[in-house]
Amino acid sequence: MSDSSIPNPKIKLAVYWGSACGGCCVSVLDTHEKLLDIVNAADLVFWPIAMDIKYKDVEAMADQSIDLTLFNGAVRNSENKHMAEVLRKKSKVLVAYGACAYMGGIPGLANFHSREEIFKRVYEESESTLNPDKVRPVEEFEVKEGVLKIPEFFNDVYTLNQVVDVDYFIPGCPPQSERLVEVFTAVITGIGLPPKGSVVGALEKTNCDECLRKKTDNKVIKRFYRPWEIEDDKETCFLEQGVICMGPATRGGCGVRCVTGHSPCRGCYGPPPNSTDPGAKMMSSIGTMIDADSPEEIDEIIETIVDPAGLFYRFSLPGSILGRKVL
Amino acid sequence: MSKITIDPITRLEGHGKIEIFLTPDGGVENVYFQVPELRGFEKFCEGRPVEELPSIVTKICGVCPGCHHMASGKAVDAVFGLTPPPTALKLRELFYMAHFVHSHIAHFYALAAPDFVVGPTANPAERNILGVIAKVGLEIGGEVIKQRRIAQEIQALIGGHQTHVVMNTPGGVKKGINEEQRDDIVKKAEGFIEFSKFSIQLFKDVVLGNTEYVDLILKGPYALKLHSMGLVDDQNKVNFYDGKVRVVDTEGKELFKYSPNEYTDFVEERVEPWSYLKFPYLKKIGWKGFVEGQDSGVYQATPLSRLNAADGMATPVAQKEYDAMFAILGGKPVHATLAMHWARLVELIYSAERCLELAQDPDITGTELRAPIGKIVGEGVGIVEAQRGTLTHHYWTDEKGMVKKVNLIVGTTNNHAAICMSLKKAAQGLIKKDTEITEGTLNMIEMAFRAYDPCFSCATHSLPGQMRMELILKDLEGNIIRKIKRR
Amino acid sequence: MSYRPTIVAFLCNWCAYTGADLAGTSRLHYAPNIRIIRVMCSGRVEPTFILKAFQQGADGVLVCGCHPGDCHYHEGNYKCLRRFKLIQKYVDQMGIEKDRLRLEWISASEGQQFAELVNNMTKTLLLLGPVKIQRSLEVQHLKQ
Ligand code: SF4
Ligand code: SF4
Ligand code: SF4
Ligand code: FES
Repeated sequence: MSDSSIPNPKIKLAVYWGSACGGCCVSVLDTHEKLLDIVNAADLVFWPIAMDIKYKDVEAMADQSIDLTLFNGAVRNSENKHMAEVLRKKSKVLVAYGACAYMGGIPGLANFHSREEIFKRVYEESESTLNPDKVRPVEEFEVKEGVLKIPEFFNDVYTLNQVVDVDYFIPGCPPQSERLVEVFTAVITGIGLPPKGSVVGALEKTNCDECLRKKTDNKVIKRFYRPWEIEDDKETCFLEQGVICMGPATRGGCGVRCVTGHSPCRGCYGPPPNSTDPGAKMMSSIGTMIDADSPEEIDEIIETIVDPAGLFYRFSLPGSILGRKVL
Repeated sequence: MSKITIDPITRLEGHGKIEIFLTPDGGVENVYFQVPELRGFEKFCEGRPVEELPSIVTKICGVCPGCHHMASGKAVDAVFGLTPPPTALKLRELFYMAHFVHSHIAHFYALAAPDFVVGPTANPAERNILGVIAKVGLEIGGEVIKQRRIAQEIQALIGGHQTHVVMNTPGGVKKGINEEQRDDIVKKAEGFIEFSKFSIQLFKDVVLGNTEYVDLILKGPYALKLHSMGLVDDQNKVNFYDGKVRVVDTEGKELFKYSPNEYTDFVEERVEPWSYLKFPYLKKIGWKGFVEGQDSGVYQATPLSRLNAADGMATPVAQKEYDAMFAILGGKPVHATLAMHWARLVELIYSAERCLELAQDPDITGTELRAPIGKIVGEGVGIVEAQRGTLTHHYWTDEKGMVKKVNLIVGTTNNHAAICMSLKKAAQGLIKKDTEITEGTLNMIEMAFRAYDPCFSCATHSLPGQMRMELILKDLEGNIIRKIKRR
Repeated sequence: MSYRPTIVAFLCNWCAYTGADLAGTSRLHYAPNIRIIRVMCSGRVEPTFILKAFQQGADGVLVCGCHPGDCHYHEGNYKCLRRFKLIQKYVDQMGIEKDRLRLEWISASEGQQFAELVNNMTKTLLLLGPVKIQRSLEVQHLKQ
């Protein structure tokens, strides 16, 4: 029943970071002139890096009063979790923005370890740290003037969707700024919004479909190389040169940025449509390329893939099927 | 005991918290600056092939990813025992200078200028970059955005990915530039120099032209007498990409100068149970608590301390401005926290000049991009100056280059103790028995902190606005006596 | 409660499944704790199948196909072997012992071998103890 002569009321937008590097927030700013379009169409009601609104103010907002929340960063501690829950309640549409919120991202690699292992390395074993009393940060500590509190550091890193219900996912580390504008327009107009749970702001193809490097459909590999072990000819597909590139197991949308910089893709855009686990997808692709039949020769070739878990799940360990290393 | 909680701090939200404890008569007893976050890169980099680290560690910070990429790239070179060819080294440094230009411009205009150009106790609604633009003119606002964008374009071109750089490979870089691209960068660098000169002139006009501000810098509650750390070249000139770490004492005398791989002999870190971030200090002196002065082990690693620690700048205009700054501020070393802003502008000029030098260097378009790989050494340290302090990456690998251990001392971490102390001093100077605490008071406390450009505040560099603060005064039963909110 | 290891087995239709069937009809004794999933060819076993089995609590995963050269689809079992080796390296890195994941060739007539294989694997799993993937539980707990 909208009357075209009456401008749409501005939507209420919130941006929040959990366990993040800040790159996702910067990517929102890097929409440059388009940022102004966004600001014109939206009232920013909460954005810690830019605005004067605090947790309590958000907690006091009516439920569902925020139209769109972009949550970036993984859930690493009790404060991240609390804010995820609050923002879920207050938001009509909650978007997991960026690789960390979507799949756990780089901080998610911490799921190879326990909290104790991390604390031990950082606070005890670190070569530059002197800590004979094995002091560890604690959630509540009494200093002579009073009590100081810090959030609880969880044993696991979680994706946003593992903590609260998420409406949409925007992949990327960080997401390509231009894509955000498209998604934004869809939310504002309500036109072209896919069903809940969809990945938006990315393509339905893989990075390989987008990549300009020369490739054939029949890749055969006798051994894998680490990037520095070969002289990249800067033209041929990395995989065909024997360098692992996550292109076939990665959703397009970034413009194959890294490959353009002569670096193999590491999969920050997450798995392509119809697959949920990037590593499973990659193992399946690589399996078909290995050019050997005898178990011994296959072993030798696989030996040259030095860190499959850390490579195939570089950005997605918490969101993968196994989720973390079994301790 | 009553306390003031500055919590959460906008632009630090989820990443920092300030607690100010008051004495019964309303003075300041103590201040704690807490960092509630840890991600554990030191641990989860273990097991990865070392050449992957430069592109993993950029995710420590999306605001200064280039610094981590560089320190990491250098540590990886060392692990492989390689020295990159001249073209590769120069491309790295060129990228890095653009990174500095980008960051320093943003910090000055979005964070520092509002306090000086608009005024430290001005209406907070105007005390932001828009207020700055209102005072100095719209073209300048446009110019800030443009210069920042251009610096970013150079980074994207050389770095391969506009945020999380992927250029470094063991012993070199992955991608070179051609003549056409070089010519373009030369033009852009000339623009940086012009804009940097303009910026420092603006600072001088606005700040030095106002005795109130000069007093604030020199006599306000912002002085902190600590040792200074910074990276220097073999002439003891400031360098961001390479050199030795030099530390001078509170009087400006050299305490020591060390090579990256000797850092554990000179820096040690302390753990406090109330913060996830550690507190580095000078090992030879030892931890003497949160105290200033010649006997304290606490040091600063900031733009100002880099200038204090060096004998000068390696480029002409920056050298002139370096001399001018110390002459006006009463000679080296300077301990006025707010002079960090001025130092940052001197560094901006240096970065711009160095950017041009490198772009004009005949080697820059060379095609020899990396050194041939030999035998893996298995251990390496890489140190660069990040915008926010000396950045150290230290890796150990097995003979195949698989990471066994990682140790990191990140830029802002160096200043953790100093930030706590600056805040305490500012608070003690500004909050006294019977003084009325206004929004302006809070901003002036915050200025002590903002000078460090702390990296916890990630994306602050790009948007207007201040830290939001709330001050709650409670009586001994915990009832709220007074609440001041800054909006 | 005594621990009885659960094995999820993916058996190819043409050889392995028939072999297992034979073991059944010949009333050969083998551990009852096996859940058999019939697939057309071992080459059809996606990495996801194996990982999901572990995630959902399998203590061991067994994949069986035709002997080399005998695959009904010519190459399926080779394809399976290449993938399998890679998955094995991956699960090992994830803290799941390599021995919990096995690939064996069983022909339609090898009922006896199949029974021995299952008994044998059960013994190994008894020694290894239950698989410890509790993460999914923690996640549910977080989501309330
Ligand atoms: S997704 Fe990437 S850019 Fe975004 S917060 Fe995580 S690490 Fe930073
Ligand atoms: S594997 Fe990598 S290099 Fe090859 S086509 Fe795909 S994205 Fe391009
Ligand atoms: S190329 Fe791969 S790793 Fe690089 S930005 Fe694109 S999806 Fe991410
Ligand atoms: S049909 Fe049995 S393995 Fe292919």
